[in-house]
Amino acid sequence: MTQTKLNSSATGEEAELLAQLGQELRAKAKAADLLDVSYRVIDSPIGSLLLASTPAGLVRVAFESEDHDKILELLSQKLSPRILKDSSRMDVVARQLDEYFAGSRRNFDVPLDLKLSTAFRRQVQLELGEIGYGQTWSYSQMAERIGNPKAVRAVGSACATNPIPIVLPCHRVLRTDGSLGGYLGGLETKTQLLKLENPDFGGAMSTLF
Amino acid sequence: MQIPFERIVQDYGLNVLRVCRALLDEHRAQDAWSETFLSALKAYPQLAEDANVSAWLVRIARNKAIDELRKNKPEILDDHLQWEQADDQVNLQTEADNLQLWQEVAKLPQKQRMVVAYRYLGGLSYAQIAQLVSGNEAAARRAGSDGIKNLRRILGDDSLWQEQS
Repeated sequence: MTQTKLNSSATGEEAELLAQLGQELRAKAKAADLLDVSYRVIDSPIGSLLLASTPAGLVRVAFESEDHDKILELLSQKLSPRILKDSSRMDVVARQLDEYFAGSRRNFDVPLDLKLSTAFRRQVQLELGEIGYGQTWSYSQMAERIGNPKAVRAVGSACATNPIPIVLPCHRVLRTDGSLGGYLGGLETKTQLLKLENPDFGGAMSTLF
Repeated sequence: MQIPFERIVQDYGLNVLRVCRALLDEHRAQDAWSETFLSALKAYPQLAEDANVSAWLVRIARNKAIDELRKNKPEILDDHLQWEQADDQVNLQTEADNLQLWQEVAKLPQKQRMVVAYRYLGGLSYAQIAQLVSGNEAAARRAGSDGIKNLRRILGDDSLWQEQS
């Protein structure tokens, strides 16, 4: 037993040194422009959230239910495998999310990187930022807003594939009949966010349909 | 598909640290660790998907360690470094993964440690090693042989590093 342990795990001294060397590596990687994606995980009332950034801005927010390891593998495939855990790039967005969940922030002000989305979806996803705090739009209103009233289904897909949920509030888009539609983080999370923004929000609308 | 580099650091950081510590003194071992992972990060997108990551990292670490040594004794190390031969001598893929082995190497008396590490990880000849550890070739051979005996005893493995000569 002791032998196996010796073989596979670091001593306390080694673990401490590796943590320190790891920190230095992250700083050096960033200085040398070798850090394509950095990420951190934060706690929130809706479970832990994975935040990932490129040098251009926030590129992905992922719910716990999406499986963070799987999301990191997807980012490795789609963006770059040069991915390191590094919290410094995400300090601002982490703080703004904390404030949002505490009810003291209504708008996010951070650089975004929508390179995971196609041009059309990017247009829809950016438009999401125009929906006011505590308000809801329907998918067809959204389609009209982008000047393409017939594209209701495509708008629905664009919302469903929003890579930066919460910050780009796709939870504020509902079906025309007032029912919830879908949500990557689950309908319970969608209701929770809408109620956080507007305590009067009738999640029960969904039963009408 | 390539896994995120963070996982490479988590999975192999200890392995590379022990190899660096076997080859170098503490301060330079830490520098070599950083240089190894920085170079690896740079080259990572081009790494073949089926590559043996551990052997790849140990090879980089070994080159970084030799770079560190070369700063002091360039005349000894500039020629005759036969990496391919070294890879034949030691099954790098297996030995590099043996974390306990490198931990024990790092614990050997200074001279034994250096000879064993240069010989088996660095692939240097005893003549080159003698110049590095300031002794003669016979003394280097003796230290190497004592080091291997110690390791075989500690690890209970009599077949460890049988040299064909």
